[in-house]
Amino acid sequence: MKNDSRTLLRFTVPERINHWLVALTFFLLALSGLVYFQPLYYPLSQLFGGGTWARILHPFFGVVMIFLFGGMFFRFRKLSIITPTDKDWLRHVREIVNGDEQHLPEAGKLNGGQKVMFWSLVTCMVLLILSGIVVWRAYFSFLFPIVVVRFAAVVHAAAGVVMIALIMGHIYIAIWTKESIGAMLYGRVRRAWAKQHHPAWFREMTGGDK
Amino acid sequence: MALQSLDITRRSATTTPSPSQRQTPEVAKLIDVSKCIGCKACQVACMEWNDTRDAIGTNHGVLDNPTDLTENSWTVMRYAEVETDRGLEWLIRKDGCMHCANPGCLKACPAPGAIVQYSNGIVDFHEENCIGCGYCITGCPFNIPRLSKKDSKVYKCTLCSDRVAVGLEPACAKTCPTGAIVFGTKADMLRHAEERVQDLKSRGFAKAGIYDPQGVGGTHVIYVLQHADRPEMYSDLPRNPSIGPLVELWKGAAKPVASLALAAIGVGAFVHYVTKGPNEVSEEIEKEFEDEK
Ligand code: HEM
Ligand code: SF4
Ligand code: SF4
Repeated sequence: MKNDSRTLLRFTVPERINHWLVALTFFLLALSGLVYFQPLYYPLSQLFGGGTWARILHPFFGVVMIFLFGGMFFRFRKLSIITPTDKDWLRHVREIVNGDEQHLPEAGKLNGGQKVMFWSLVTCMVLLILSGIVVWRAYFSFLFPIVVVRFAAVVHAAAGVVMIALIMGHIYIAIWTKESIGAMLYGRVRRAWAKQHHPAWFREMTGGDK
Repeated sequence: MALQSLDITRRSATTTPSPSQRQTPEVAKLIDVSKCIGCKACQVACMEWNDTRDAIGTNHGVLDNPTDLTENSWTVMRYAEVETDRGLEWLIRKDGCMHCANPGCLKACPAPGAIVQYSNGIVDFHEENCIGCGYCITGCPFNIPRLSKKDSKVYKCTLCSDRVAVGLEPACAKTCPTGAIVFGTKADMLRHAEERVQDLKSRGFAKAGIYDPQGVGGTHVIYVLQHADRPEMYSDLPRNPSIGPLVELWKGAAKPVASLALAAIGVGAFVHYVTKGPNEVSEEIEKEFEDEK
């Protein structure tokens, strides 16, 4: 595939590196964050050198995430603007679930589902960053009244779980849709793949011919 | 402090029973505000026994010194000058952990065994298990735990659990020169408090009463107040303290439900894959591009 000159460039090198750094940081954040979530997950603290290390590291991973996710946001926000076709696409739930793409409205470089995923992740991330700062006891919590800290704790825990749920879905869809992980790893996709999953983008890239 | 260990009723972030073979009678410390002269002997005794030393602070023009609880000052006297129907009154309250029957700190704590509650009612921090997240501060309705800058562990009054374990009374109670602080079983303390309230009423404090707030299941530090109808006058003693809806939501049933939801996503994805198979490029489209290969 890589040697095929007729493959299409889907993601550039900076986009791919940014994506995988975000993915790595997300795993560090989710695994260290779950430590405080419920006793069930406390053993995860061992991955970071114990509970105290997890407590110290998690918010600093968060700071790294602010920059990395910020990068993703500015790279993909224009691509993720939801169009009427996307809304129409999203209504075909049954076909989407069955992987039956023939009768779907033509998806662009990103389909409606991917765009909704993008904006959901952005929302969660904003909530996590704002609430994360408020519950950061060592440096910031004392700046806020106690009710604000309590509220932020609820928001952070809730947004954290929603974010983990979204990423679980994101990972599953990537595994389910064959060759899409390759697209994010190596950047290029086969034309047939593009025509199957993102027909409008395929036409845009090739001028309509195959 | 980890002297008692066979009589643990509750342990933070722990889902199985803790050693609880030994049962001890429920204790309480009674602070009779009407008898307190504000001499701070208890503050000194607390530092003596627990061997903590606060930094020398600055004079703020009031008697409160230090002006707030710290990781080294587990109890402080708070002095309030208030106008009541009796004229100017000086209400001096010894502040510190209330040892709640339903402790918000313990509920909030994510570290197994960093906070325990003994069957005698004392709520104790075991600093060696503390990870320094400060959730207990967020969970406490009385604003008690203090995070140390030196070691990032939290500290608060232990109700001298180490002394109580060997049959002694807390250092503050031992030292109080006026008998404003007394210690015993909770039943005895409530009985004594009731006598004090009657006495105060006979002296014209019509609203005298006991502060043993039921919103946190009652406490193991109780006050006799001259004006029990207005606890706020005593340097903002909360009227109806409780763990509160936000902390209940944060630490309540929603969490196991969230964990189940995450598990359901995993199971759902597996079932989807097994029933629908991978989402691959269709035969027709593959054929169209056959010549390319
Ligand atoms: C993908 C992003 C993130 C995820 C999935 C995540 C997840 C979590 C979770 C599940 C908790 C436990 C919540 C609880 O039950 O109380 C938590 C705690 C916490 N999070 Fe995050 N978080 C993220 C980002 C951030 C960011 C950006 C910051 C700060 C800027 C942050 C700071 C904190 C802090 C301070 C705590 C309290 C525990 C501690 O002191 O380490 N988090 N996080
Ligand atoms: S007063 Fe605060 S620190 Fe003390 S037992 Fe109650 S909740 Fe915990
Ligand atoms: S600071 Fe320590 S005692 Fe307080 S909630 Fe965190 S781990 Fe528990």
